[in-house]
Amino acid sequence: MDYFLTEEQQEIREIARQIAEEKIVPVREELDEKEEFPAEIMNVCAQSDLFAVPIPEEYGGLGGGVMEMSLAVEELSKACLGVSVTYAATFLGSYPILLFGSDDQKAKYLPDIATGEKLGAFGLTEANAGSDAGGIRTTAVKDGDSYILNGTKQWITNGGEAEIYTVIALTDRSRGPRGASAFIVEKDTPGFSFGKKEKKMGIRASATRELVFEDCRIPAENLISKEGMGFMVAMKTLDMSRPGIAAQGVGIAQGALDVAVNYARERRQFGQPIIGFQAVQHMLADMATKTEAARALTYAVARYIDSDAKEVSKVSAMTKLFGADVAMEVTTNAVQVLGGYGYMREYPVEKMMRDAKILQIYEGTNQIQRNVIGAALIKEYAQKKS
Amino acid sequence: MQIVVCIKQVPDTTKVKINPETNTLMREGVESIINPFDLYAIEEAVRLKEAHGGVVKVVTMGPPQAGSALREAIALGADEAVLVSDRAFAGADTWVTAYTLAAAIRTLGQVDLILCGKQAIDGDTAQVGPSLADQLNIPFVAFVRKVREVADGSMVVERMFEEGYEVVRLPIPGLMTVVKEINEPRLPSLKGKMRAKKAEIFTIDRSALDVEDAFLGLDGSPTRVVKIFSPELKKAGEKWEEDPGEMAAKLVANLRDQKII
Ligand SMILES: Cc1cc2nc3c(=O)[nH]c(=O)nc-3n(C[C@H](O)[C@H](O)[C@H](O)COP(=O)(O)OP(=O)(O)OC[C@H]3O[C@@H](n4cnc5c(N)ncnc54)[C@H](O)[C@@H]3O)c2cc1C
Repeated sequence: MDYFLTEEQQEIREIARQIAEEKIVPVREELDEKEEFPAEIMNVCAQSDLFAVPIPEEYGGLGGGVMEMSLAVEELSKACLGVSVTYAATFLGSYPILLFGSDDQKAKYLPDIATGEKLGAFGLTEANAGSDAGGIRTTAVKDGDSYILNGTKQWITNGGEAEIYTVIALTDRSRGPRGASAFIVEKDTPGFSFGKKEKKMGIRASATRELVFEDCRIPAENLISKEGMGFMVAMKTLDMSRPGIAAQGVGIAQGALDVAVNYARERRQFGQPIIGFQAVQHMLADMATKTEAARALTYAVARYIDSDAKEVSKVSAMTKLFGADVAMEVTTNAVQVLGGYGYMREYPVEKMMRDAKILQIYEGTNQIQRNVIGAALIKEYAQKKS
Repeated sequence: MQIVVCIKQVPDTTKVKINPETNTLMREGVESIINPFDLYAIEEAVRLKEAHGGVVKVVTMGPPQAGSALREAIALGADEAVLVSDRAFAGADTWVTAYTLAAAIRTLGQVDLILCGKQAIDGDTAQVGPSLADQLNIPFVAFVRKVREVADGSMVVERMFEEGYEVVRLPIPGLMTVVKEINEPRLPSLKGKMRAKKAEIFTIDRSALDVEDAFLGLDGSPTRVVKIFSPELKKAGEKWEEDPGEMAAKLVANLRDQKII
């Protein structure tokens, strides 16, 4: 399919594809096996300016939008989701600054993101606050011209590896979710430490850690926007980043489809290549159709968001929901097409199936995406009637 | 440091076949690429610039289409592109290529270091680099696998052999040809690609050079390619283990039989 990409978009895709094929595919199995952080690949992404893609030009970026970011994420995801989430989580951590940061905050932090010198991370989830993010307990208490943070964030992608963290904490416990605020915390701030690296089912190249704040004092100027805006910042950030998760789904589904079709052409049973069996063909046909549909939806929504559309929560949630479900289904069926070989670690689809599962969980579970879409429908249709 | 990298655009030989009837390369439809060994020269130049400052100029002699190789070099980090191009230069052999390139490089102002790939994958002669140094009357080291240090007026490099290496001091200005062990070339960058698209390619033609027509192009070339062919694989030899005197006699008789002596 031709999605009429601009020349610049084609170049982004081309370079990300080259990195995926030449730098990621040869090492992905080892990174997964050893649960090794892909520092070297991040350096290659940095050197090729991939981190500059969605950062405005005035901060050393290329001025791209969600569409350009998604194209890069899709290509990296074809090769390895653990690598692509490491890349994408940097923008999850950067969007609060990009969307709500002051000029000073942007000038201080975005240039280092654009060069890839520093990775970013986003800390919202806590042990007792997952889907119900309003239940967070981490606090930020104002003290002169500082805030003092206390609490623990859980399962933070790039935790320990990133230099720049955006963290949601309560500045006013009495106000519940309206009492949350967003802060920038730099690595190596006294009182800020990390828990152990989590052992995961998939995306094992990515680092997931706790962020531990013990009387961690940060300058008051690190408050993003105003006190009480924390959940607004978080929700708008997720609106921007969810198409990136969808792009991860499209990429990994395409990667699995590529393996499955090629395998089915070669593998012979009952005297013929298994792709000759209609049951296999139909499975491949559904995989291809759903992958293309997920891509079309992702690109359409990404472009819509980049047009500065106002209400994007619903469609953004749709991309994430659909892309993640397609990825899970396609990778599972890719294993099926490869049969026992698909279940073995010598073939990449076993890892892809393990990796794909996370897409239905992080950045809001797929149930939560449906809640978002449902809530938007209720609101939309109520407005239509009046 | 003012660095010049000489590159060549070549057909992607991993995709070229030899026509068995005419014994010529079948180049039709084959993509043109930067000679792979030259990528290491570009990378090393860019690294030297990043470490010590300066400017990297890429130079190629070739038809106007070779401009795309120069743009690619800019996407990989080179600063300026120079195309040495004129009908009069066409068909040059290695000596004439070096002669013409030397004249072009003399017009570029101060040059501290010239880098070349160890050889081009189409001709495989490995002659142009050393011959260029000779024409410019500067020292050279071939087959460099590592730059150890860069000091005022010289650099220390490792020259690779089949077994081991040699540490050599190369006075500056000088030239070196590099092997693939020297680095791992980076992928192009997005900003580089954008710069490459806009980059101006400075073209040098016959009129800009202080050269003699008699030494240009095909007519000026002292050598000719008579035939290109895939060499036949060596057949297994014969092995004798006898009295040395008897073997000598046998060898001479054998060579006489074959009319070699
Ligand atoms: C590998 C990994 C990386 C992560 N990276 C980050 C990160 O970088 N930053 C960050 O802040 N967080 C991160 N997270 C956290 C992630 O966003 C949460 O795990 C996710 O939001 C779900 O929360 P939970 O795990 O607590 O599940 P729970 O909220 O406990 O949900 C359990 C189940 O109940 C369902 N459920 C809950 N509430 C409802 C409801 N109202 N309606 C219907 N069903 C419901 C859920 O869908 C799910 O199936 C990461 C998680 C993982 C596993």
